[in-house]
Amino acid sequence: MQALDGNAIGGLLIEVFGAEMTTATGTCAHCGAVAQVAELVVYLEAPGTVVRCRSCESVVMVVVDKRGIKCVDLRGLDKLERA
Amino acid sequence: MAGATVLGRLTWQVATVDEVVEETPRVRTIVLAIPDWPGHRAGQHLDVRLTAEDGYRAEREYSIASAPGEPVAITVERLEDGEVSPYLCDELRPGDGLELRGPIGGYFVWDSRDGGPLLLVAGGSGVVPLRAMIRHRQRSGGKVPVRLLYSSRTLEDVIYRAELDQLGDDIEVVHTLTREQPTGWTGYARRVDAALLGEVAWPADDGVRAFVCGPTSFVEAVADGLVQLGYSPGRVKTERFGATGR
Repeated sequence: MQALDGNAIGGLLIEVFGAEMTTATGTCAHCGAVAQVAELVVYLEAPGTVVRCRSCESVVMVVVDKRGIKCVDLRGLDKLERA
Repeated sequence: MAGATVLGRLTWQVATVDEVVEETPRVRTIVLAIPDWPGHRAGQHLDVRLTAEDGYRAEREYSIASAPGEPVAITVERLEDGEVSPYLCDELRPGDGLELRGPIGGYFVWDSRDGGPLLLVAGGSGVVPLRAMIRHRQRSGGKVPVRLLYSSRTLEDVIYRAELDQLGDDIEVVHTLTREQPTGWTGYARRVDAALLGEVAWPADDGVRAFVCGPTSFVEAVADGLVQLGYSPGRVKTERFGATGR
C-alpha cells in the first residue's frame, strides 16, 4: 500500500471539519511530535483512511465511511489546531 | 438557494469541458468551465468524482495546472489499471460535464508575495502544480528567480515541454531523463539524489522556498537530499501522489 501525505485528504477533511485542515497543526498523542496535517503519512485504502505520525508511525486519525456517514477517530491526536 | 455556496463548505458541482490538450501520449490537459468557482491559489488541487450507472463512485484528486486567474485546468496521466484516469484521458470530450469540488489545500501553495528564490523539483506528473506556480510567477510580473528540476523517464514523457522550453532567462528548467535519452542528449540522465541536487539546487539560504512533487519515493529522496544540503525542513514543502486513490 502506498504512503501518501495529508495533501491527499484535503477534500475529505473539509467535508468532516468544514474548513481547510491541511495547514492545521496536529500533536501526536503517542510521541508528542507536532506537524501540519499535510506532512502526516496517509494511507487511502486501509480500508478507510488511516493517518499516521511521520515521527513514530502511530495512528493519529482514522476516517471510515459508513453508509454515507463519515466516522472519525482522532484519539491518536492530543491536539489539532487550525492555522 | 440554487447555485449558492455555503461558506466553509465544499460542494460538488458540474463543470463543462472547454478544451482538451494532448500533452504526451499518456497525458492530457483538460480545461474546464466551472460556473461557481471561488478562485484558486497556485499549487491547490480539486477532487473529481465519477459515478457509474449502478451508483458506484470513484474520487481522485488532481492538481490544478493553471495559474490563479486563468481558466481552471487539470492535467491527467493515464494509469493503465486506473478507475478514473482512463475515462478522463480516453472518453471525455469538449462539452461533456465533469463533477468536481475545490479548490482544496493550503499547504502546498505558493503566492508571489511569499517571495523566493523558488526551487521546484518535479517527478513525472508532479510538475503539474509547479507549472501553476511558474505561470503565477509570470502573470504576477514578479522577479523571484525560479529553478525547476524536472525528472522524466524519456523526452517523450516531458509534460508541457514546449512551454517549459520558452520560459524567460530568470526561470531555469533543468531536465533529467532517467530511462532513455535521445541521441546527443547533453542534459542529466540519472535519478535525482543529493549529489544532483547539490549541482542544481540554489544554495541553502533563508529565502529559498522549495516545493517537491512526485511519486512518494521520489519526494522522500529529494526532501532528504535537500535537508542534507542544509535546507530547513520547514522550507521544503512536499506533495506525494500515488497510482491509486480512494
